[in-house]
Formats: sequence, structure tokens, C-alpha cells
Amino acid sequence: MSKTLYDKLWENHVVHAEADGTTLLYIDRHLVHEVTSPQAFEGLKLAGRKPWRVSSIVATADHNTPTSHWERGIEDPISRQQVETLDDNIREVGALAYFPFKDKRQGIVHVIGPENGATLPGMTVVCGDSHTSTHGAFACLAHGIGTSEVEHVLATQCLLQKKSKSMLIRIEGKVDAGVTAKDLVLALIGKIGTAGGTGYAIEFAGSAIRGLSMEGRMTVCNMAIEAGARVGFVAVDETTIAYLKGRNFAPKGDDWDKAVAHWRTLVSDADATFDAVVDLDARQVVPQVTWGTSPEMVAGIDACVPAPEDFKDPVKREGVERALQYMGLTPRMPVNQIKIDKVFIGSCTNSRIEDLRAAAVVAKGRHVAANVKLALVVPGSGLVKEQAEAEGLDKIFIAAGFEWRQPGCSMCLAMNDDRLSPGERCASTSNRNFEGRQGAGGRTHLVSPAMAAAAAIAGRFVDVREIL
Amino acid sequence: MEKFIKLDGLVVPLDRANVDTDAIIPKQFLKSIKRTGFGPNAFDEWRYMDQGEPGMDNSRRMKNPNFVLNQDRYQGASILLARQNFGCGSSREHAPWALQDFGFRAILGESFADIFFNNCFKNGLLPIELPKAEMDALFGLTEHAPGFRLTVDLVAQVVVRPDGHAIPFQIDAFRKECLLNGWDDIGLTLRHAEKIREFEAQRRLTQPWLFA
Repeated sequence: MSKTLYDKLWENHVVHAEADGTTLLYIDRHLVHEVTSPQAFEGLKLAGRKPWRVSSIVATADHNTPTSHWERGIEDPISRQQVETLDDNIREVGALAYFPFKDKRQGIVHVIGPENGATLPGMTVVCGDSHTSTHGAFACLAHGIGTSEVEHVLATQCLLQKKSKSMLIRIEGKVDAGVTAKDLVLALIGKIGTAGGTGYAIEFAGSAIRGLSMEGRMTVCNMAIEAGARVGFVAVDETTIAYLKGRNFAPKGDDWDKAVAHWRTLVSDADATFDAVVDLDARQVVPQVTWGTSPEMVAGIDACVPAPEDFKDPVKREGVERALQYMGLTPRMPVNQIKIDKVFIGSCTNSRIEDLRAAAVVAKGRHVAANVKLALVVPGSGLVKEQAEAEGLDKIFIAAGFEWRQPGCSMCLAMNDDRLSPGERCASTSNRNFEGRQGAGGRTHLVSPAMAAAAAIAGRFVDVREIL
Repeated sequence: MEKFIKLDGLVVPLDRANVDTDAIIPKQFLKSIKRTGFGPNAFDEWRYMDQGEPGMDNSRRMKNPNFVLNQDRYQGASILLARQNFGCGSSREHAPWALQDFGFRAILGESFADIFFNNCFKNGLLPIELPKAEMDALFGLTEHAPGFRLTVDLVAQVVVRPDGHAIPFQIDAFRKECLLNGWDDIGLTLRHAEKIREFEAQRRLTQPWLFA
């Protein structure tokens, strides 16, 4: 019988199944960060249990870490305690790799896994973080999990799961210059909604996906969760294999050849059937800007903000009304008339080298507008930062009036000092525009790195295709 | 984990779609390394007039009188009514911890986000998905009848209204057993420790690069 990639990844990890379909799935890689792990390590200890396989663990501190003045350490005592708790826990139990605060290879957990070759095709990857779906770009079954599940994986090397339905999202066609992976996934979420993928495992396919780099595929899979799907993935191809070759934890020698042969099987069979299929025409996608407080509240740069009366469903209509009020926008206002106060280029969605290059192309030789109070560039990891500096991107950003920071999650969720003040409006390359996400009362518009850089220069949203 | 068998409780309606886990418990409270104490900061940005920070004396903060959870008639509620896609966004288990610490034991909604839904079961908090028509009726009844209560009977898998109308709901057999008995997942999984070891040994042979 023909199988989907999801079937193959699933079947490859089944240890045991209950009568109702609840399944014990074996976990290959466990990514750990400071926010969602302390209670799990404590629970393990209280129960007198030991981690099942510490060589599955890759850990880093990313959510709480400051992005400036590293010489001062972590000044917030509560944040510092959380990071030190991770230090203590990893020191006690061990790990395949730990990249603590200030380590050269420290960074956002979803950036460091792939760049170190710790994320490999066919793996099950878990992390106490919903954006774990990012790793699906490597044909992994990558689940975001809660803290109880972090403890469960530590103790048993397994996750209890029921198989989801399968959804194929086919994105065909070639995009315009200036239209990126971020625009594709935002347009998709606009089409199917933030609950469109709930209960599904999404396979992203089609020529537009094949045409993306691994960085671009990671951006798309990262936001599968914003479409409601806990996992999203892309089949293995030459791009996948070329990216992995030579990376730190990637197999070497004979193992490499054997691994590659196995990885090439990680594709859906040609005649495999899916529970749902969604098509998106990449040629129709223009640069996207979210206008509301949910990622599905999104429009093209050439469009206008909607009006509540455009929506028939009363719950939806009230939601739009509340969102426009929170965002301080008037119905029918053109998106390119929205002025901004701050810019954030970073996050597990868009902080990789390709993202920084795309923003730098726009920033080069230009300057941040006078009405923009702060434009931050936060590389996803120490290695990304090093690479960007080797390419001179830092100098381009600094000359253009951007701040060049140390790696971390930063203003995506504002657990450190990088945040919006009430009422401030931000062009952000992150993944969530929820109320208060980037700081209480802050207003977030999600865009691609190129669009964020263009907004920084113009002081309002503009069509980056007109600048390039 | 606390057992869940049958609950009779006061109901509070939260009539908005896409309530995300950032709204349920804002990020600044995630710096805690404990599992408890999140209740006073559940829905912090909606519930209080000022900006909440860890360590504040929440009893002295000005509450937002317009937020439904602050209204006198709903004090002591243990059942929350929700709309579509409740619990979307971040995987933070602090969200179910906060709801439970606040006093909720069951959430009735049109639909839930996957990770949040799953996290609830690990904490003895029961999320129940009901058809939109039933939810519309429950929102209407709760608003019009002060002191409106419901009974959630997990054994029979029904939500019973005061007028006797019983609404059936679905739940996985495994999850139901765990809730009824208060079982800890890890203990259950470790009954299969031998199988896990065998699986792992086989995997190490066929895909050694996964164990580098």
C-alpha cells in the first residue's frame, strides 16, 4: 500500500499502541531550553527517576537571555535563576551538547539544532516549544510539547501520541523577487485560518516549496503551528542532503552514505492519499502584512485593512472589531499607510543567515526613518552572527541605523528587555501577533525580513518589490 | 494527578475565539521555575488595569470591571465556556496550570488547539469539545441565568444542564482511564520499558547515526 511521508515517519517510531490508537512513539532528539524544562527536571528528581538517554538531549538558553551588554550577565534575577537552573540541570544529567548563555554556539533552540546537524531526516524531534515544527523542514516528525511531556520524554524516551489526519499543502509556481517563504506561509494561514490545520500533520509540497532553501523551508514549517498543525514537514531532496553534509553532528564516512540512502526514502509515495489537500498558487502571493491579533488576520501589501462588517459570523466580526481597536487601525485603511515605531528582525522564524542577507540587501546604503525609534537585528545564533559578520552584514545594518545584537529569542516574545511599550507598533519577522506578545499593549505586524527592513527605511509598510 | 470523575460547577462564559496561551498566562510569569501559583495571573492583561509583573501583590491591583472573570456572579466558577481554537499558540503548560490554579476543572469549547488540549489532560483539567449549537445555547443560558451551573459526568461522558438536557461528548478511552484514576503517564509508559529498550537496540543497529 502506498504511504505518505507522515505514515513512514510515524511507523518508524511506534514502540507500542493501545487499543484506542494511543501510541508510544520513540523520540530521537530532545531539545531543551530554560523556560519549559525546570519543572520537568524537578518532577523527574522528585520521582527518583533518571533520564532515559542523555545523548538525545541538545540544550541551550535562549528565551530569557539579553541581547546586549553580555558583560553584565543576566540582570533580571528571576530570568537569571531560570537560566542557572538549566545550567545546573544539564550539569547534573548531561547532554549530547549544551550551548549555555554566552557560548559561541548558543542561540535559538530551533536555529542551533539544524545548524549543528543535530536535526537529521527521519528523526522524531521534541521540545517544550510550539515552534519545534521548524525541524519538519528536514523530514522530521517534530512536535512541540508541554512540560509534563518534557518530563515524560526525559523519563521514557517516548511520547504518547495519537496519529493525526494528514494534509497535503501544494504550493506551486515561482514567486516574484521580494516574495519569500514567510509570505507564502502567511498567505496560506490567511487562506486556511489559524485552526485550519488543527488535528492534521501537514506535508508542504509543490514546486514553490522545492525551490526554497532549507532556511526558507524552516520558516514555512515553523509556522505550521500558526495554522493549527502541531507538525509540518517537507520531503527529503538534494537541498536537504546538501545542507547537512559536513555539519557537526551529521553522520560521516560510511554512515553518511547509509544515512543518505535511508533519507532518500523519506518522501510520500506518488499515489499516496491524504485526508485533505490544499492548493496555493505562489504566483498570486504578494508580500504579506498582518493587520490584526491573530496570524490569520493578514493582507497583501497592496490591500486594505478589512472592516468588521465584511465578516458574517458574529464571533468573527467581534474578533475583527476587537483586533482593529487593539491595533489602533481604521477599517478600509490601506496597509501601506500604516506607520511603525519599531522593527524587529529575528526569531526562530526569520533569524537565519538567508533572512539577514535579505534584510541587508534592502538596508544597504539607506537609513532607518526618523519616526522609527528602534530597529533591532537579532541573529538566531552565535554561528549565524559570526557568518553575518564575516559577510559584512553587521556593518550594513549599523550604517543604516539598525542595532546589531547578540542572539536569542528577544522581542519575539519579550521575556528579556527587548519589548514594545503600550501602543507601540512594530514590523516584526516573528510568528505571533497576539495581544501583548511583544510587550503589554504592543502592536505587532508580522512580515518577512525584506519587508521589515523596507518598513524600517520608509517608516511605514511599503512593497519591497518596488525597492529591490 | 488529581482524579476527575464528576464535577458540578458554576459556569463562566469567555465569548471570544482564538484565545491564545499568551493571553491565558503572559510571558513574564513563565520565568517561574515552579508549577504552582499561576492562578492570580491567569488572563493577567485582561483581568487587571495595570501591567502585571512577577512578585506583585495581586490582591492590591486594580481589576478590570469589564472582564467577565471579575464579575461577582461568576466568582468561584470551575467550568469555563470557550469558543473556537481555545489555547492556540505557545505550548506553555503554564496555561493549564494557571487555569487550574484559578479554580477551573473543565473547559467546554467549540474547538481547542492541539498542544493545549493535550497539556490539559496531564493536569486533571478536562477540555470538552461540543457542537457550536450546544455552545451557543450554553452561552445564552449562562448569560441569562445568574448562578448557572452544569454537571460534567466523565464516566457517562455527558454534560448535563439544569433542565435535564444531556450533551454527550467524546474522549479517548486511554485519556478517560487516566483521568478517572488520576494515573501518571510516566508510570504507565514505564510498564513498557522492556519494549522501549528492544526498540532502541534495534534502532541503534539499523540507524547508528541517530545515536552519535
